[in-house]
Amino acid sequence: MFSTIVWRTHRLLLSNVERPRRFAAIVALSPDIPLNPYSFVSKILEIENLTVSFDGFKALNNLTFSMEPGELRTIIGPNGAGKTTFLDIITGKVQPTEGTVKFKGKSLAKKSEHAIAQLGIGRKFQTPRVYLNLTPRENLELSCNRTKNVIGSLFRKQSSGERRTIAGLLETIGLVAKADIQAGLLSHGEKQWLEIGMLVAQSPDLLLVDEPVAGLTDEETFQTAELLNSLAQSHSIIVIEHDMEFVREIARQVTVLHQGSVLCEGDMDSVQSDPRVIEVYLGQSEDEAA
Amino acid sequence: MTATSRPARNIWKNRRTIEAIAIVAIALFVAFAMPLLLSEFRLKLLGRFLSFAIVALGIDLIWGYTGMLSLGHGIFFALGGYALAMHANLQLPEGQMPEFFTLYGVDALPAFWKPFVSFPFTAIAIFTIPAIVAGFLGYLIFRNRIRGVYFSILTQAALIVFFNFFNGQQELINGTNGLKTDTEMMFGVLMSSPEAQMVFFRVSVLLLVVGYVLCRWLTSGRFGRLLVAIRDDESRVRFSGYDPTGFKVLVFAISGALAGIGGALYTAQSGIITPSAMEVATSIEMVIWVAVGGRATLVGAIVGTLIVSYARTFLSEEFPAVWLFFQGALFLLVVTSLPDGLVGLWRDTVWPWVQARLGLTPQVAFPGMTDPGVELEKQEIESNK
Ligand SMILES: Nc1ncnc2c1ncn2[C@@H]1O[C@H](COP(=O)(O)OP(=O)(O)O)[C@@H](O)[C@H]1O
Ligand SMILES: [Mg+2]
Repeated sequence: MFSTIVWRTHRLLLSNVERPRRFAAIVALSPDIPLNPYSFVSKILEIENLTVSFDGFKALNNLTFSMEPGELRTIIGPNGAGKTTFLDIITGKVQPTEGTVKFKGKSLAKKSEHAIAQLGIGRKFQTPRVYLNLTPRENLELSCNRTKNVIGSLFRKQSSGERRTIAGLLETIGLVAKADIQAGLLSHGEKQWLEIGMLVAQSPDLLLVDEPVAGLTDEETFQTAELLNSLAQSHSIIVIEHDMEFVREIARQVTVLHQGSVLCEGDMDSVQSDPRVIEVYLGQSEDEAA
Repeated sequence: MTATSRPARNIWKNRRTIEAIAIVAIALFVAFAMPLLLSEFRLKLLGRFLSFAIVALGIDLIWGYTGMLSLGHGIFFALGGYALAMHANLQLPEGQMPEFFTLYGVDALPAFWKPFVSFPFTAIAIFTIPAIVAGFLGYLIFRNRIRGVYFSILTQAALIVFFNFFNGQQELINGTNGLKTDTEMMFGVLMSSPEAQMVFFRVSVLLLVVGYVLCRWLTSGRFGRLLVAIRDDESRVRFSGYDPTGFKVLVFAISGALAGIGGALYTAQSGIITPSAMEVATSIEMVIWVAVGGRATLVGAIVGTLIVSYARTFLSEEFPAVWLFFQGALFLLVVTSLPDGLVGLWRDTVWPWVQARLGLTPQVAFPGMTDPGVELEKQEIESNK
């Protein structure tokens, strides 16, 4: 009871006017100021006995998972383990066959993708999905815009706060010089970053990031790790990744998925020394074990 | 930040001003000089093509910008045309009914005809009825997330339903024969008289400008960018928190409204509207106008309409048999080798070539932009030397 009241007040404080500015601040935040607005709310995400079957094939099998607000969780697992499907469920793209998904205590059953996004869940896709015919600035504007209805899109002018947020974001993702060219002309890495920027612009409470460093150079991978670490100051984040080097950079809590279920959970060291994990990964081909 | 954004905005404003001046100049020229240059017959033809261009703007909005290929715009075109024709047919002395009713033994005016006596009602109905029909149809289709080729098929199916309905309803709207307007009066003037035709011509020019400005406004701001986003990746738009349904319904309704206006003006200038306006081939031709001109450019929609329509007139005057073959060939040619239409050809190929020939420095779009991949390759080539 008490926590709901605090929660509401908190939401009020971070009302629409405040939020863009909050993100402008995040971008500039130094990593040693802990800022976790959700520390007094229990469980941002709670998933129980989740099963998803595609024509009888169980992509997720009786999976149970939960996450604290403010947590940065990494999910690893071999190809086909069900990681992307897991995000599809949370974001409403796929409906569960069985089981429940709760976000901040609210059930997400039967909610459509846009309603879930408006509740505060943002997603970055495995292959970068940015709008290629729009510029990076326009891509960010589209995500940043708070009034997502028809009338607002037609008549509402962009606020100076929004403009500032976008300028700040462009700086963070290193696209200031290319802010006004078609996004289709960006390199793969830049598209990945632009999509992360779009995610942040959306100002969600929970960020779902699917394989953010696939196809990036070492330098870009390192920068992405830094970016996610700084975002983790103020968001709850789930990162799905194959690249162990990268996972070591960012990981605090790691969940290992295997054949649609949670194989084990814990910090990086304990997970890596877990015999079951070693077996799953050694059973895979060389490059995936890397 | 302000330092960089202010000059940019000024250029933007200037461009807008230049565009506005150009539009007004062209419109005035067409409205007042063309009647002096063209014969009465040719002027009427141009007027009809301008009303087609209004339809093309609407198709560009839904297809070029939002990515949904409608093959059913004949419905909206005909609804606008019928609305005007009904009004014209009702300009009779008290107590009389349009003549065709007596042929089928109808002795009381059907209720849905009655409001069309009023001109204000008709003027509003011309775009509102098509908009409502399109909005309703769109809502049913988009709510169920029907997209792509299924959308096209459904719009064509709807077209066929409307076509058959209008054809079959002799007692209501004179069936296959359609409604004539050239022998009718509007505001006490015979509709086919040169004076009335001149008014219709100028109204066509005016409404084309209004339609252009409306579409320009819709496609240039935040709303327009969202349409492009929906076209390029609709499901991504959902994950950004937008529900595309409302946007698509509104665009389809506006597109239908424009087709209705075009249909009414066409009817006034051709003297008759029949269900043949809802033949499958007619709606496909509307799409070809936009394809030839260039999708997602409003000027392209207008230019494409005029070129295709004039080509059609020329060919069917000279070689009556070849038009349909030509139409098919044109469509194939444009789809396979000119995906961006004539405007795209001009913008991407001809104009840069002309610039190079004239020694104008072709604009280097983004100096200082470096592609990491290209840089890497350069280094490799260097080191291999
Ligand atoms: N829409 C779908 N229909 C059928 N099978 C699917 C579908 N989506 C995913 N799968 C299957 O579910 C399994 C898990 O896929 P995915 O979640 O993409 O794995 P990961 O992201 O961990 O590599 C795979 O075997 C995949 O083939
Ligand atoms: Mg995956």
